[in-house]
This record gives sequence, structure tokens and C-alpha cells, in this order.
Amino acid sequence: MTIDSPAHPQHTVEELDRVTIRFAGDSGDGMQLTGTQFTKTTAVFGNDLATLPDYPAEIRAPTGSLPGVSGFQVSFASTDIRTPGDQPDALVAMNPAALKTNLGDLRKGGLLIVDEDEFNPANLKKAAYAVNPLDDGSLSGYQVVRIKVTRQNELALEGLLLSAQQKFQSRNFYALGLVLWLYGRPLDTTIKWATEKFRRNPDVLEANLRALKAGHAFGETTELFRVRFEVPPAPVKPGLYRHISGNEATALGCLAASVLSGLPLFYGSYPITPASDILHELAKFKNFGVKTFQAEDEISAIGSAIGAAYGGHLALTGTSGPGLALKSEALNLAVMTELPLVVIDVQRAGPSTGMPTKTEQSDLLQAMFGRNGDSPVAIVAPSTPSDCFFMAIEAFRIALKYMVPVILLSDGYLGNGSEPWRVPDIADLPKIEYHYATNTENFQPYLRDRATLARPWAVPGQPGLEHRIGGIEKSGDTGDISYDPGNHHRMTLARAERVARIVNDIPPLEVQGPSEGDLLVLGWGGTQGAIATAAERARRAGKTVASAHLRYLNPFPGNLGDVLRSYKKVLVPELNTGQLVLLIRARYLVDAVPFDKIAGQPFKIAEIEAKIDEVLGLRGPYTLEFGPASVLAGG
Amino acid sequence: MTTTVHSTTDEQIPVLTRKDFVSDQEVRWCPGCGDYSILAQMQKMLPELRIPKEKLVFISGIGCSSRFPYYVETYGFHSIHGRALTIATGLKTARPDLTVFVITGDGDGLSIGGNHLLHAMRRNIDLNVILFNNRIYGLTKGQFSPTSEFGKITKSSPYGTTEQPLNPIRVALAAGATYVARSVDRDTHHLEETLYRATQHKGTSFVEVYQNCNIFNDGAFAAFADKEVRQERMTYLEDGKPVRFGKDLEHGIRLDGWRPEVVKNAADDAGILIHDVHSEDTTLANILLGLDYPAFPVPIGVFRDVQRPTYDELVQRQVDEARAKGEGNLADLIKGEEPWEVS
Repeated sequence: MTIDSPAHPQHTVEELDRVTIRFAGDSGDGMQLTGTQFTKTTAVFGNDLATLPDYPAEIRAPTGSLPGVSGFQVSFASTDIRTPGDQPDALVAMNPAALKTNLGDLRKGGLLIVDEDEFNPANLKKAAYAVNPLDDGSLSGYQVVRIKVTRQNELALEGLLLSAQQKFQSRNFYALGLVLWLYGRPLDTTIKWATEKFRRNPDVLEANLRALKAGHAFGETTELFRVRFEVPPAPVKPGLYRHISGNEATALGCLAASVLSGLPLFYGSYPITPASDILHELAKFKNFGVKTFQAEDEISAIGSAIGAAYGGHLALTGTSGPGLALKSEALNLAVMTELPLVVIDVQRAGPSTGMPTKTEQSDLLQAMFGRNGDSPVAIVAPSTPSDCFFMAIEAFRIALKYMVPVILLSDGYLGNGSEPWRVPDIADLPKIEYHYATNTENFQPYLRDRATLARPWAVPGQPGLEHRIGGIEKSGDTGDISYDPGNHHRMTLARAERVARIVNDIPPLEVQGPSEGDLLVLGWGGTQGAIATAAERARRAGKTVASAHLRYLNPFPGNLGDVLRSYKKVLVPELNTGQLVLLIRARYLVDAVPFDKIAGQPFKIAEIEAKIDEVLGLRGPYTLEFGPASVLAGG
Repeated sequence: MTTTVHSTTDEQIPVLTRKDFVSDQEVRWCPGCGDYSILAQMQKMLPELRIPKEKLVFISGIGCSSRFPYYVETYGFHSIHGRALTIATGLKTARPDLTVFVITGDGDGLSIGGNHLLHAMRRNIDLNVILFNNRIYGLTKGQFSPTSEFGKITKSSPYGTTEQPLNPIRVALAAGATYVARSVDRDTHHLEETLYRATQHKGTSFVEVYQNCNIFNDGAFAAFADKEVRQERMTYLEDGKPVRFGKDLEHGIRLDGWRPEVVKNAADDAGILIHDVHSEDTTLANILLGLDYPAFPVPIGVFRDVQRPTYDELVQRQVDEARAKGEGNLADLIKGEEPWEVS
């Protein structure tokens, strides 16, 4: 029981260990901001959390329309969590379109907060509601809280010299204040942030703060809520924490690689969703000597990075799937010239333009094989937003040591998703070494290091090492153009063997759970949270299920074969039509079972749990809720 | 036209000769190809730069011309079709201390790599772009190119082409190039001087070289570029000088409204166009580039030479200024703006 002044209604406090909230509104309603601020407050409060922004590709689709709905989901808990939650426990819907597109995900019996002012005939029509869903009984399965957010916000802002439109734009702060109250969070983080953000615009600042406080006070005074919720802080390792998204972590990891190696970073990139944030971040770091080049196209972006690599810099290019396709010929030039280059692919739903703002893991085979000729590159994949930091450093470490292009496969879920991150000590990060060739005696551009098979990095400016490289096959002995059959055979094998030898330099695959047993659930990339949690739940229910997550995809960790053969069955959940499972089956002759979801959305924990039970023979065949009986539209 | 010996005061740099720039690679262009002359003039010119050869880089794309880097004893990168400029842009941006040449052709530079050419010139990155224009695809054995004349009969256009050619000089001016020049493979003195002047310009230097492909487009430029006729049929553009041609420079070009016309035996320079390479306004250059044989003499020389900050130097300046204000500290940066302590 909270101790309130007598004027305030008494609210029962219910303690929960995990809550998932989704904020949804028109893309002009500031839902990303609302979600981000709620997340920051929650992080400072000490909960473990994970977020999932879900925004439309249209910058401003028609106001109130279904395609214009923007959402932000945050899950927070008093325990360690790894996903943004399967189903929201609470949905804040700022208009009818937001209700319509998000209601299906809300947990049955969940809390639904709506701005009833926005459920007017015009908005209902835009959302294709024949009758107002607030009045037709269709929401009876939920705890519906109708609030006149627009009107209440207007009242709070009375007297401010702002247009009606400007006042309307503060509604999200009203909603934020209300939800902060509902979950027992303080306002100070948002007040501090807003004061800084809007310092040049005191009228807007005043409006937002008033709205925030009014929303909070409304929660306090209204009798609409029977309970408010508390989610105690999670027991986390002591230290300094920050909030970080995958794209931020990727940019910082690349910068760290520059600092750790002492080589200046060059980033060539062309704007593309969802990778552009990496360009935005790196463009800020000029005081670290970072040079960013916004190229005229994807090809120029990688070409410039190859030029920078040739010039002895730490060379990086970044893109998403369609951009990787455009870069493939130039990437092959880096394969042939054996230059250290890192290529980031923040994967999105394909093929072609696909669904740019939705996540998918469907570029694995493109990264692996999507070039002409036999063209091996190293591939790494972070498994959480903060892991992007470490895998970016790994990508550069490998690229420099083996003189090889490395593809880092992130995805939209990791890139835009965020989590609290315990800030690492710089001294604990790996050293990154590189060697410029300087010895002019018997210098040959393709004379390889005996251990790594790396060729020397002879950088322009070094006297006596003038030489020519290029995309035409070269003699391994002299570096001259060579059409010699034996030479091409040997050079092709050497390019492959060089990548294969990276296996000696990467950690073995770690298994969570029993080291042998009935089932191994194997994943890669951004699905780790859902897979590990599902396997953990299975173990708690007494099943011998282990999980493992690949962060190195080419080469695979050296113990992967042994791990696979330690279980009776292997299940491989992927957000594609079975790309890793194809490689696993081919490479290790293991009869691994695919579990594919291609919906632009991450796995839900429950989906993997159900599939685990199916593979273990504990239930009948499981199909995803939208898995059609027929692939034809409408089933 | 004489080749001047360009002096420098830096005594540290060893005196190099043409031979220092000849690599050990066997040159594999067809005997009689215009590329030989361009290579020879380049190798003669390079010592005059007084730049250590390890600071010189030649980057090329794909095509006959793009074999060039193999034959020059400097750093060299024979890349992929059309993309030499992208690699050169990255290299020069990362390493402004290097002198970078881009060797390209009419197919490599204006067809598959056309986009990059526009943007390099727009940015004014300090590169020396030498475009060998033979108006044909040579390495793929004789298809028409983006500079082939309308109606040209080739292997891929047996009924004649149905598309208009690009004028590379016009493209360069439209893209805002700060140095635009043209020369001819056979006019060796003019070519060497033009290459040298291109290297002295800060910013993108664009040089179109009319280059004869004696196998698939022989004589494409012979009608005006052959030694016997070139003084009558070409005009050598020189800054501040009247636009004249003929054995004794007896003819001139003047304007009738915006239309150029030939003045035969113009006794004095009254009304004759005076060339101005340093003009920001490109109107005159655009009029001159339209002159073509047989109605007019073909202009060669420098069309435009203006100063603008270069891309690489602007990027470097931003980095230097940011560092002067305070070197970045990774440990501070990765804490983010709003960290919190858990004890």
C-alpha cells in the first residue's frame, strides 16, 4: 500500500518480476521518444531490460493511417532478461490505427490505455473501424483504461504561447508521465534530458514538462487504475552501466579497434536503413582521427574503404542486404588483393527492397557465397546489442592479422534494439596488432606468412616496396599477372586455407546446459535471447536441452562438430528459410532440424519452446501462428 | 610548344629519370596502340615532379588503358571495371600525402564508372584523372562506347549506333571540375606538358587524351590530329591568348551572338575570342568544347583551371580542428552521456 494524502485514491501496489510495455501511436506522435525515455528511466532504476523499436518505413505516412503507426516495446525485469518480451502486458495506443495494428500482440487480460479523444469518426475511418472499438464490447478481454489524453494535455498547457498543433505534440509526454507513475518510476531522468534537449526552445520545454507532470499527477489522482506496479531492480554485477543500441555499440567497437590498433579509422558508407546510424555515430568521432566518407553509392562506399585499406588505414564499410549485393564485386577485389577490410551488414527483411525497417537473418548465405569465383571471407555475428561492440573489435583483429575481408552480420533487431551495458575497462580489451611491410629484401606482394598465410601489407609511401596489385590473378611467387593453371589452383586454395586457419584464433563454441543430451538448440546472431531463454525454460521443466550460439560463422569454431554430435537432436531456429542449417548439414552431416520464421519480427520465446517440445516428441507438429496451411494468400 | 624543365628547391629528393619509372613488366598493348605514347610521356614527365616514387600511386579500372599501372614503377592498383575513382578517393582521403593518378577509358570512366567520375569532380578531390578516349571498347574487341559517334558501325551495332555520344569535357565542366584539359596521343610534347600541368593543379584534374585504337577504331582522330594537318585542324588553347589556328595562326574564332564562327585570315585580334582558363564562369569553356572538326578546329589544351578547396584537405582540416580542441578519449566516450553506477 502506498501512503497517499487523503485526497488521493489508494492504489494497491502489485510487485512483478517482469513487465513488457508497448507504446504505439502515429509516427508523428513521438512514440520512439516516449519509449526511449521510459527505457532510460528504467535502466537508471536498475532493472534489466531489452527494447524493440518498430517503426514504419514511411517518414510521415498520412496522419492516423495504419501504415503510419510507430511502436516501441520495452521489457524490464527484476531478473536477467534477454529479449524484449513475447507479448506486451500493457499497450498504450494513442489513436485507433495504433490500437488496430497492435492489439493482436497484447496479452489476453492485459492493460490497454487509450487516448479516447483520438477515437473520433475521422480517425476511426482511417483505421478502417466501422464502429468505435471502445464502445462495441470487442475489448472486453482486456483491462481498458480510457483517458482523454488530448484534452487533459490541452488543459495542462493552457496559457502557453503555442499553437494547438504544438500543444498536441506534447501528448506523448503526458502519456510518458502517466506510465512512469503506473510503474513507480521517477520523473527526474526525463526532466533532466528534456531540459537539455529543449534548452533553446523554452516554450516547448515548458509544455513538455507540464505535460509530463500532468500525466504523472493524473495517475496519482485518478481512480481508473486499481493497482500500480512495481518491478524491483535486478541483481546485476556492480559497475558503471549505460544504455546502448546495437548500432551504437558497433560504431564504438570500430572506434575502439582504431584506438587499440593505433590505426586511423576510415568509414565509407551510403545511407541505408537500418545501418545509417553507424555512419551518424562515426561521423562524430573526428577528434579520434576518424574519417567518414558518404559515398555516391554502395560501390563507391566499399571502393573507398578498399582504397583506405590499401593506404594502411583501418578500413570499414557498412550497409544492409541490398547494399551488400551491390558491394559484392568490390568485396571480391578485396578478397583477391587480400586487403584487411571490415564490411558491416545490418540485415533487414529481403529479398530486394524487402521490408527495410524489419529484421531478418537472411544474408548469411549471401555473405558466405554471394560472389563470383571461390571467394572466402571471414564472417562474425554479434548476438546481442552490446555484443556488437566486441564483435566489431574481433572483426578488425581478424582482418588485420589474416589480411582478409571480414563481414560482420548484425541485423535490424540488434542494431535498433538496446540493452543496459556494463561499460568495459579499456585495459581489458584485446590488443590489435598489425604489421606494415618494411623489409625491401626479397619483397614479393604475395609472399605469405607461414603461420597465418597473410600476405605482407606494403603500404604506399614505403620506399623500395613499389608493387602492383589488382583483381587479376597474380603469381604467388612474383606478384605478376599469372594465368598459370597450377598457380591459380594454389592461390585459390591458399585464399581458402587462410580463412580456415582463423579457427586457431577464435574461442570454442560455448554450450549452455548439459554437455550432452536429447537436444541442442543452435542459433546465431540476434536470436540468442529467445533461444537461450527457451532452452533454459525447457531445462527448468526437466528436459535435457542445451543451447549454443555461434558468433563466428566462417570459420566455425573448431569444436562445433563435436558439440553437434553430443546431442540426439539438433534444432536450428533462424529468421530465414534455413541458411545456417544448410551449412551445418553439409559441413557436419548432422540431421539438424530447421525452424524458420520469416515475418520481419524476432522469435518469441514461446515459439521456440513449442518447437523444442515438438522435436522432443512431447507434442504434435508445431507451426507458427501465421504459418499457413497453404502458401497462397489467405491460406 | 616546348617542354619546360620544372625546377624545385627540395634538394633531399633524388633526381630520378624516365628509366626509374619503367617497371620490369612486358608491355602488352597491341603494337601501334596510342597507349604506348601516353605511357612514354608519363614516364618522361614523372621525374619532373621531384616526388619520391613511393609517394606516387596509379589506380586503374578495367580496359586496355587500365593495364597502365603495371608498366609504371610506382605503387599501382589495377582494380575493377569503373571503380578506380572510388578506390582513389578512399586512398587520397585517408592519405593526402600521396600523389594519386587515375587511369581510365571512355568505357571505364564514362559508362560503367560514370557516376563516380561525376562525384569525384564535384568533390574536387585532389586526383589526376587521365581518361584515354579511343571512342571504342578495345579489350572486349570492338563494341561502340559512350563516346562513339552517332551511327557508328561496330560489332555490336552492325546497323549503326542509335545513340548520341558524350563529350567528356562537357561532362567534366558540368560536374564542376576545377581543371579540365584535352590532349592527343600523337602530339607528344603537348601531351607531356598537359600531364605535367594536371599534376600541378590542386583538386581533381581531368585530362581527356584522344587515343588511337589501331585495331578497332583506327584513325578516329587522324583527320585532325595527324602531324601534317594538326595545325590547320586543331587549335591549341592557351590562357590569355586569342583562339587561333593555322600554320601561322592566321585564322581565328569569334562569336556571332552565342554562335562561334571561323574568321579566315584574321589580320588582327579584334573580335577574336580570348581564352581565359581561370574564369569561374564556364560559358566560354562550354562554347570552346563544342568546336569540332570539320566545321571548326578541334580545341586541345586547358579549358579550365580554377582553385577551390579540395575534398581531402577539407576532411583533413575537420579532423585536425577537432583534435586541436581535444583529442578523443575512448574510456570517456564509451560511458555514454547518461551512465549510472550499480554498487
